Amino acid sequence: MRLINHIPGRPAALLLAALPFIMIFVAYSIASDIRLTANPQDKLLPAPTTIVETAERLFTVPDKRSKEILLWNDTFASLARLLGGVTISAMLSLALGLAIGLLPYARSLFSGFIAVLSMVPPLALLPILFIVFGLGEVSKVVLIVIGITPFMTRDLAQRVMEIPKEQIVKAQTLGASSWVIALRVALPQILPRLISNVRLSLGSAWLFLIAAEAVASNVGLGYRIFLVRRYLAMDVILTYVIWITVLAFVIDWLLKSLSRRAFPWMEANL
Amino acid sequence: MSFVSVTNVWQRYGNRSILERVNVAVDEAEFISIVGASGCGKSTFLRMLLAEERPHKGDISIEGGETAVEPNRERGVVFQKYSVFPHLTVRENLIAAESFDKPFGRLRGTARKQAEQRADTMLERIGLNHVAQQYPASLSGGMQQRLAIGQAMTAKPRILLLDEPFGALDPGTRLQMHDFLLELRDETNMTVFMVTHDLDEAFKLGDRVLVFDKPRWDPQDPGLFGATITYDFDARNKGMPFQDILDQYPSLSLG
Repeated sequence: MRLINHIPGRPAALLLAALPFIMIFVAYSIASDIRLTANPQDKLLPAPTTIVETAERLFTVPDKRSKEILLWNDTFASLARLLGGVTISAMLSLALGLAIGLLPYARSLFSGFIAVLSMVPPLALLPILFIVFGLGEVSKVVLIVIGITPFMTRDLAQRVMEIPKEQIVKAQTLGASSWVIALRVALPQILPRLISNVRLSLGSAWLFLIAAEAVASNVGLGYRIFLVRRYLAMDVILTYVIWITVLAFVIDWLLKSLSRRAFPWMEANL
Repeated sequence: MSFVSVTNVWQRYGNRSILERVNVAVDEAEFISIVGASGCGKSTFLRMLLAEERPHKGDISIEGGETAVEPNRERGVVFQKYSVFPHLTVRENLIAAESFDKPFGRLRGTARKQAEQRADTMLERIGLNHVAQQYPASLSGGMQQRLAIGQAMTAKPRILLLDEPFGALDPGTRLQMHDFLLELRDETNMTVFMVTHDLDEAFKLGDRVLVFDKPRWDPQDPGLFGATITYDFDARNKGMPFQDILDQYPSLSLG
């Protein structure tokens, strides 16, 4: 039988899915063990048990001076920035995408501009943002917005233009104005796309967030990672990295279920 | 004055002529089938009737009105596909036909209730009441086209334009759709234009069959001349002409 026709059964599929994780864990444990036997003071690859202990401490024990649990503070600060930036981007790209996709005048006005704008590397703009908006929250949110809006806008505009011409003509024969076509024909059909766009953009959004926090901040997940880097606290860094991954995964999963629930007409297209 | 009159219409894209000197007058409640080879401009003609395109020269008027510049509620249309809105349920698709010309595209209160009732009546009429809450993607091709026709009729257009409406259906469903369309027509007396590839369908459904073809042909420059209406058949009485001439002109009768 051809290789492309071999399909794993359910237990085999689950095992295969778990395999890369297990392999990484085993490889890490072995490497960590080798280094720690050579030098018990080694900080580079802490033992998994050390990481678990550190994680427990980070999640539950408050800081001695501020009496607050720093990890939760960092998490809330970072999530607020991330969700703020992503929400603003989503709204902006939705409005711009609808305008560009439906109105020829808006298309002439914006599409070239946005194509150029999306080529500007956002991280190169970070110094400018810090100068203009200061080192506070605004510059970090703006970096995320600048980083992901052009891409989302282009994709949404493309989706609007991909709505079959027949539907737009049909809506006109039913007496719909441009506004009603945008609101009742185009918008509902690109909302699922908006959600999948947000899911795709969250990766870059995290990247911009952590970069901005690393450069200038006093709270946040990225800030903390770069702070403890000075003490070579690999156990803290690894805990934070895993925690960020878990957060990203949960947000992605939430968006996926939302999309499935909110748009039953998409059926299997998601 | 005829109901729909097309006077000396020309259409060209760049310097390629598509249609030239198209003249036709259509009475109210006539069913016009439009046939012709691929690329002969019959779909272009339908798009101009729909006002999706404007003629290069000439006028198309409904009841003596101006040539329209964009599609409006006077014209209903059913395309071969994508004629219904995939994100609305079957019932909502019918209600949309009444609500889309309102601000925000929605109806409220009693207006909404009444529209729902009319939608339910129409659903019964087009035989889709058992799938009222489903989305179009889960319907068969024939059901989708019935919904599209019902939706177009709900908006009560002056003329109904059908662009190869049954082209994507299997032969059995196509025959059912013919019966459905004929029944609907008997009830509503709608003026219909239908583009089709199927000659049998054209003669079966139409009162008149218009044939588009190029009367002039330049072998060096095929785009020089456009197509026009080369035949205008009377398709009533099974395509045999003058069957009812005595009704029209009683003075001709011998008795």
